[in-house]
Amino acid sequence: MQNAERPVFELVDVEKVFQVRKPGQRFGRQTVGLHALDGVRLSVGQGASLALVGESGSGKSTLLRVLLGLDAPTNGQALYRGRAIREARAGGSDFARDVAMVYQDARGSLNPRMTIGALLAEPLRRFAVVPEAQIGARVEQLLTRVGLPADAAARYPAALSGGQVRRVAIARALASEPSVLVADEAVSGLDVSTQAQLLSLLRRLQQEMGLTLVFITHDLGVASYLCENIAIMYLGRIVETGPTDAVLAAPAHPYTAALRAAAPSFFQPIAEPLPGEIPSPLDLPAGCRFSGRCPRVQGDCHASDPYLARAGEGRSVACLHPLASPQASALAGTFQD
Amino acid sequence: MTALLNIQSLTVDRGPARILDRVTLEVGQGETVALVGESGAGKSTIATAIMRLLGEAQTSGQITLDGAGDLLALRERDMVGLRGRRLSMIFQDAGAALNPSYTVGRQLISAVRRNLGLDKTAARARAIELMTQVGINDPEARLTAYPHQLSGGMQQRVMVAIALAADPDLLLADEPTSALDVTIQAQIVRLILAQTKARGAACIFVLHDLALASQACDRIVVLYAGQVVESGPARDVLENARHPYTRQLKSCVLEIGTRDLIAPEGTVPSHRDMPRGCRFATRCPRVQDRCWAEAPPLEGGAHSFACWNPE
Repeated sequence: MQNAERPVFELVDVEKVFQVRKPGQRFGRQTVGLHALDGVRLSVGQGASLALVGESGSGKSTLLRVLLGLDAPTNGQALYRGRAIREARAGGSDFARDVAMVYQDARGSLNPRMTIGALLAEPLRRFAVVPEAQIGARVEQLLTRVGLPADAAARYPAALSGGQVRRVAIARALASEPSVLVADEAVSGLDVSTQAQLLSLLRRLQQEMGLTLVFITHDLGVASYLCENIAIMYLGRIVETGPTDAVLAAPAHPYTAALRAAAPSFFQPIAEPLPGEIPSPLDLPAGCRFSGRCPRVQGDCHASDPYLARAGEGRSVACLHPLASPQASALAGTFQD
Repeated sequence: MTALLNIQSLTVDRGPARILDRVTLEVGQGETVALVGESGAGKSTIATAIMRLLGEAQTSGQITLDGAGDLLALRERDMVGLRGRRLSMIFQDAGAALNPSYTVGRQLISAVRRNLGLDKTAARARAIELMTQVGINDPEARLTAYPHQLSGGMQQRVMVAIALAADPDLLLADEPTSALDVTIQAQIVRLILAQTKARGAACIFVLHDLALASQACDRIVVLYAGQVVESGPARDVLENARHPYTRQLKSCVLEIGTRDLIAPEGTVPSHRDMPRGCRFATRCPRVQDRCWAEAPPLEGGAHSFACWNPE
């Protein structure tokens, strides 16, 4: 693989602005810019596993579209092994073959009129992964790998359960022998036992195949089970990133701490939730975006907008007054500096 | 303490499928009870059966509400009188439960008028009071909003206000937070607990999250394939589970820092080939010959379980 020493994905100050109709006007043509992503920096190395965590409106899905080259960043650079992602995507089938996607709505991502066998054979033919004569055998192999019986090949998606359909979606993503798997809420909305089955499958596949994994989830338990690194997003920004265990054991950003406290935990009293809701991205508060809901807010938070700054071993946080890491506040700067 | 609600041997058939099988459960005054289990376990069916909104299904057994008798034997017009007044229900998708063509004010005020018999002015005042109780800022302005103009969390707050308008004795909350973001989820669960407690109302939570059940509820009822497999005080059921299914369900819960996950094999049997004996037999690590032949009864006192070979 060329540029193997470069990170698989590298985002440098990526901004994505969507032009939307000005709020309050129904028929006018005036538009305003909605910052779905704002100053996102991210690096995903070969074989790494990264969880992107955030609530609705945090920009997770937009970030995913940028990573897959479906949307070009408005500003900044989005690189795949040192090349612009859009360029890599346009320049042949290598990118599409190397970067596979598992969609949130697995059933919707599968053509209901094709059998599972045909669905799995499609990428095998498209990328000429194996000669025509071996396609049947490879389909069987893929089914076994994701824990489905070989006779599933003759069935249609409608005949499978929710968990089985997700397995098919994973098998289809693996068909082109990718080195990167990008998954959007691949285990959400499932029963816990099905979720447990899929998570252990994903972890096994990642270990066996050395996959690079970018996993979008809202569940911190899933993130901590599956991914070595975590990036917490809030309103289009990454507010904290670092090794999952370290970040969750001692969050530096008050938002990370709030997410952690809100995750249900056996017999713990239900934590005092954050007040209010995520503000509209069209009506951002001045200064830090989290200032309106932050329990630790201080005067300067309303004035300056903190950017992601180093805060200890492999960690970064975008906060003027981070928790329990005094050296970080000295390093943190603001965009106004 | 007399039970507020007593369900005896409730069985629901939909065509050939037995979707609830001899469910027995009791809810005390002011108690919070969690119904937990996976999809198809019958959690929502129990809640819907209590409201008698099951439609075509064949129902047998008794659902006794203190002071109202057997709900299954009531005439529909008497049942209508109970819904919203003594029994209320909120749903997972508040956006779908609210009527999109009417303002939330109109929907809330009409619930207040119908259930409390107030005139327009008094109902409006009560509606504003309710909106304040459920934590909606600037309630007078929000009365004129349509459901789509509110966030999911706000919609669910409106649903809670409508459900609690007439101070019901029992609130049925069917996965009230699973469509919401985690920080909003915590707000809504706390709101429901605080508001039912303030009214002395009992609450049945339908949940799939065992950890949340342990945080929110006094008692937990575990369901599998339409049967109660274990029931009792939350701590007994979760920390001293006797039924292998309860243990399995608990072992699947991912907490932060979970390293090893024991994923159970197989899936819930379909209604076409439900085992004759214990319904969990096909997946049970402790299965014995007897389990295939005979269904175990739910036995025990406060902490009861249905298993021939308990842990």
